[in-house]
Amino acid sequence: MANIENERPRAADTDIMGNAMSMLVRIAQAIALPVAAVLVALICGGILLSLNGFNGWDVFSVMIVGVLQDTRSIAEILLKSIPLILIGVGLCVAFRCSIWNIGAEGQLYAGAVAATIVGVAFEGLTPWIYVPLVMVAGALAGAAWAGIAGLLKVYFRASEIVTTIMLNYIALIGTSYLVTGPLRDAASAYPQSARLLKEAWMPRILPPTRLHIGILVAVALAIAFYVFLFRSSAGYAVRVVGINANAARYAGINVGRNIMIAICISGGMAGLAGAFEVAGVTRRLYQNISPGYGFEGIAVALLANNNPIGAIFSGGLFAILRSGSELMQITAQVPQVLVSVIQGMVILSVVAFGVYRFRSASRSQ
Amino acid sequence: MEDVATLGFIATTIGATWRLATPLIFAAIGEVFSERAGVLNIGLEGVMLVGAFVGFATMFAYGSLPLGLASAVAAGAVVGLLFAFFTITIKADQIVVGAAINLLGMGLTAFLFRTYFVGTGRGVEIAQPLDIPGLSDLPFFGEAFFRHNAIVYSTLLVVVLAVVVLYKTSFGLTLRAVGEHPKAVDVVGRSVAAYRYGAVMIGTGLAGLGGAFLTLGHSNQFVENITSGRGFIALAVVVFARWSPVGAFFVAMLFGLFYALQLQLQAQPALNIPYQALQALPYVMTIVALVMVRNKGDTPKMLGVPYTKA
Amino acid sequence: MNTQPFLRMDDIHKRFGDLVASGGVTLEVEENEIHSLLGENGAGKSVLMNILCGVLSPNEGQIIYRGEPLRLGSPREAIRHGIGMVHQHFMLVPNLTVAENYVLGQGMPARVISNMRDVYARIRELSERYGLDVRPDALIQDLSVGEQQRVEILKVLFHGIDLLILDEPTAVLTPQETDRLLVLLRDLVKDGKTVIFISHKLDEVMTVSDRVSVMRDAKVVFTTRAADTNPRELARMMVGRDVLMELPRTNRTPGRTVFSVDGLSCDNEIGLPAVRNVSLEVREGEIVGIAGVSGNGQSELALAMTGLLPVTSGTISLNGEEISRLPPGEVNRRPIGHIPEDRHKMGIVLPLALTENVLLQRYNRPPFAKHGLLKFGTIAEHTRDLIRRFRVKASGEFDLIQNLSGGNQQKLVVARELARDPDFLLINQLTRGIDIGAMELVMQEVLKQREAGRAILLISTELEELFAICDRILVMFHGELVGELPPDRGRIEEMGLLMAGDRQEAARLAAART
Repeated sequence: MANIENERPRAADTDIMGNAMSMLVRIAQAIALPVAAVLVALICGGILLSLNGFNGWDVFSVMIVGVLQDTRSIAEILLKSIPLILIGVGLCVAFRCSIWNIGAEGQLYAGAVAATIVGVAFEGLTPWIYVPLVMVAGALAGAAWAGIAGLLKVYFRASEIVTTIMLNYIALIGTSYLVTGPLRDAASAYPQSARLLKEAWMPRILPPTRLHIGILVAVALAIAFYVFLFRSSAGYAVRVVGINANAARYAGINVGRNIMIAICISGGMAGLAGAFEVAGVTRRLYQNISPGYGFEGIAVALLANNNPIGAIFSGGLFAILRSGSELMQITAQVPQVLVSVIQGMVILSVVAFGVYRFRSASRSQ
Repeated sequence: MEDVATLGFIATTIGATWRLATPLIFAAIGEVFSERAGVLNIGLEGVMLVGAFVGFATMFAYGSLPLGLASAVAAGAVVGLLFAFFTITIKADQIVVGAAINLLGMGLTAFLFRTYFVGTGRGVEIAQPLDIPGLSDLPFFGEAFFRHNAIVYSTLLVVVLAVVVLYKTSFGLTLRAVGEHPKAVDVVGRSVAAYRYGAVMIGTGLAGLGGAFLTLGHSNQFVENITSGRGFIALAVVVFARWSPVGAFFVAMLFGLFYALQLQLQAQPALNIPYQALQALPYVMTIVALVMVRNKGDTPKMLGVPYTKA
Repeated sequence: MNTQPFLRMDDIHKRFGDLVASGGVTLEVEENEIHSLLGENGAGKSVLMNILCGVLSPNEGQIIYRGEPLRLGSPREAIRHGIGMVHQHFMLVPNLTVAENYVLGQGMPARVISNMRDVYARIRELSERYGLDVRPDALIQDLSVGEQQRVEILKVLFHGIDLLILDEPTAVLTPQETDRLLVLLRDLVKDGKTVIFISHKLDEVMTVSDRVSVMRDAKVVFTTRAADTNPRELARMMVGRDVLMELPRTNRTPGRTVFSVDGLSCDNEIGLPAVRNVSLEVREGEIVGIAGVSGNGQSELALAMTGLLPVTSGTISLNGEEISRLPPGEVNRRPIGHIPEDRHKMGIVLPLALTENVLLQRYNRPPFAKHGLLKFGTIAEHTRDLIRRFRVKASGEFDLIQNLSGGNQQKLVVARELARDPDFLLINQLTRGIDIGAMELVMQEVLKQREAGRAILLISTELEELFAICDRILVMFHGELVGELPPDRGRIEEMGLLMAGDRQEAARLAAART
């Protein structure tokens, strides 16, 4: 993970034992740095807790024991890891292309809205068609929402950092409009949409827990995007654009098209996460369906050094932290927002440990 | 509809424009310093939150407005020091560190607010409008221009100071050179890193002040995410203003107008627009503004690029 | 003059990690002389001079200046001692005026700059005294490269410098501008200044110097009076062996036209006309050169010819096919090779492995890709083959290209382009920034391509490179081709006039010859 550029299949005639050893060393290095980064972040979180009258050690030990105690709680962690892995994997692709998509949160909402509109519309459809339809609707909507920022970047050189953030606010406000207006369930006292039709629900894979097929889709997509980035021609083009746009043009790679590809992949993954949230967890659309998964996804991707396989693990780790923080809030009255502090600290420690290195080659601007 | 466009409405809107522009003016002018020196700080949002919270907490504890504002500036500068350490000394990617600063600012302020203040429900006493004899009571102009608190007026001072410092002092000259051709500064024996640290901390100090205005000069309460994107809008203001402090002042005023219109129109029951459409106005206009600046030739050449000595 | 030299740099050592940039350099400079420092790229000239002007500090060794040890913490201290440097890459801030650049970093940071009248007056006075024609209120970004260099020299004089160091000052100048500079340097010495002149151009060094020191492998290996030496000896000292001043070349009649450009015009990146109505053709088995001072449209011409910059009018044809409107991805599919001007900017992707750099233009087609997936086995084998054939020094095909020296990176780029078996090869700066060993290898490889009947266009700012391998040389000025000359060193003056855009004078000279 630490140095993906080195992770190539070696020629067959090199020493196989030496190869295996160096592979192990590389993997060990790749794991050690993120683990150290997370530990530093947790220690900082613990210090923060202790400074403010909580017992940091107790809080964390209760949290770890609490969230990993039984199948149900582990299933809840996996459930939470679905959007984190999906968004993290998508952002790995965007960041490799030097596209700073900070708008996964808004793209998640776009996906959730589309999934809701589709999910309440077609009565009597078989789940075999309906479930994939909801997923596709979410992914397309997320990709389209991100695509706006992509087009503005390609055609007007508008910084995607600012536009994606503005699109976040617009998506949130739009969702608020929809659930208080056109999509509102008239029968409900709260501003929320009608319940999605049963056939559109994501099938659960570990009853009685809420864990659904999204986890399998997320892991499969992580592997698929790993292959895409590091083993395919198209992924190579995305990476070259991200490192050196001039070299990409020289190589005959269409820079604008690859920017669109990368940003739409990241948006599509966020949109899919949104579809999973409404069709797999909440079953209705309401104003605050995401507790900030879109922003957390940034930390997931960076901790994984923008490697989609790594994002499976970093996504899982952040899911544990999130579940733990919920538990902390209930058992120890520790405000749950502590998780944002820890995320910020994780990014800074990752940076400090040099896992994430600045690529000095030009951005496409 | 005709009652919308009365003089009273216009006067109130102009007054509100300046007030609502104030946090943006501080943050954007601060960011002009930072970006002129070649450092892009997308962590402004987090810095403003820290300023808003620290200002509020200090005021809450000591009841002194100057102390509250000063501590907000100091807190902003301290966050700036952290940002500068990672981006200038460690040479980490400015965008990544900025994103982390935003998460930290959001998380820390919300954590501390919930730990210490959420039950109290009490506000603080905010800066009161100055009564300027003879002017504040003028019809129309009084309401629009002469019934603000000292923080709002101080934006004028900040613009003038920023122009003097950037364009009339040796410090400003060197700072502008640092963002264009840092090596040229290095070979005359000035430290590029020191100037960048300075520029970043001026920027975050002002952003902290902008945040504090929200809790000490506008609303009397801290609310989680009270800045609601103003830090990011300030980034767009800087681009639209082409890295000029005077430009930043007027562009921020334009955005203040969007905020003011949003509030004023919401108060007009005659208008049949969903309030969300008005809420979205500043965000939509930010995108429009970015699209409108086609030629970005004025961008500091080394914006976002760490400097390594030979 | 007493026995103590004006300046003595004694056993100077400077290391960057494993790299030894100065390995015990000793250099003596007399007062009031022009002392040339000659050496290949990477010989350690610039590092030594950066130590002398306070930008870098040495790991070991000392500097004796005017009989006293000199310790420099910063360039400002060097300036206080009267030592100043004109850097190869100008240290001028483009969006500031000349005067603002001169006061940059002077005085306390809090100082208010309001009255620049004295500064302006001083600049005007110095400018007049040396005939430098520098306006104090001009913005640097509006000045030509030659003007900027005068501004740089004046800056050093403005700061009251006695010892002036110039790092490769002639690299960006036409022959005439160079002559003007050399005259200026003599004037300065007449006024009591001392000049250290860094160069790798033997003829200039012979013309201007009182004494010459040669650097090789991070050491000064030779110091002599200019009058006591000759270019061949200096060249031998530079590389440590006799150089091939002439590359062997067969006489060959060019074949059919492979590549031609007709009436080509295009704009630069900011939309100003850069190439105007250029027509040329390149035939089988011929090397056509394009000479010119950099910035006269050569870069844009090269980009336009390979589809990287849109053409505003005119046609480009390869093997009879019109290609001027094709996107770069399509041009790449034609038998055309392109060695770009700046390999770091365009030719290679630094943080990727050699394999992934070899892949660059053919990432999406056989033999390197199949069904959208990359075939790393084939790619690795091909890369190993190129490494072997071009003697690229790398630890293996999976080494990151950023770990290679400039010469080895360039060898890989040349290898990659030649391996694509092009009918037409476009080269923009073949040997820039590489050592002499690599230089000979790549030049010989290009000559081999000529033997094999390829059509080659070589754009270069180094006249030596053009004279060494071209069959004919076109000269570019202000976006236009202003003349054609045979590769005859005897006609260098004519070429210089053309490079400066003075067609009439060049024509008069040509007429006088016949």
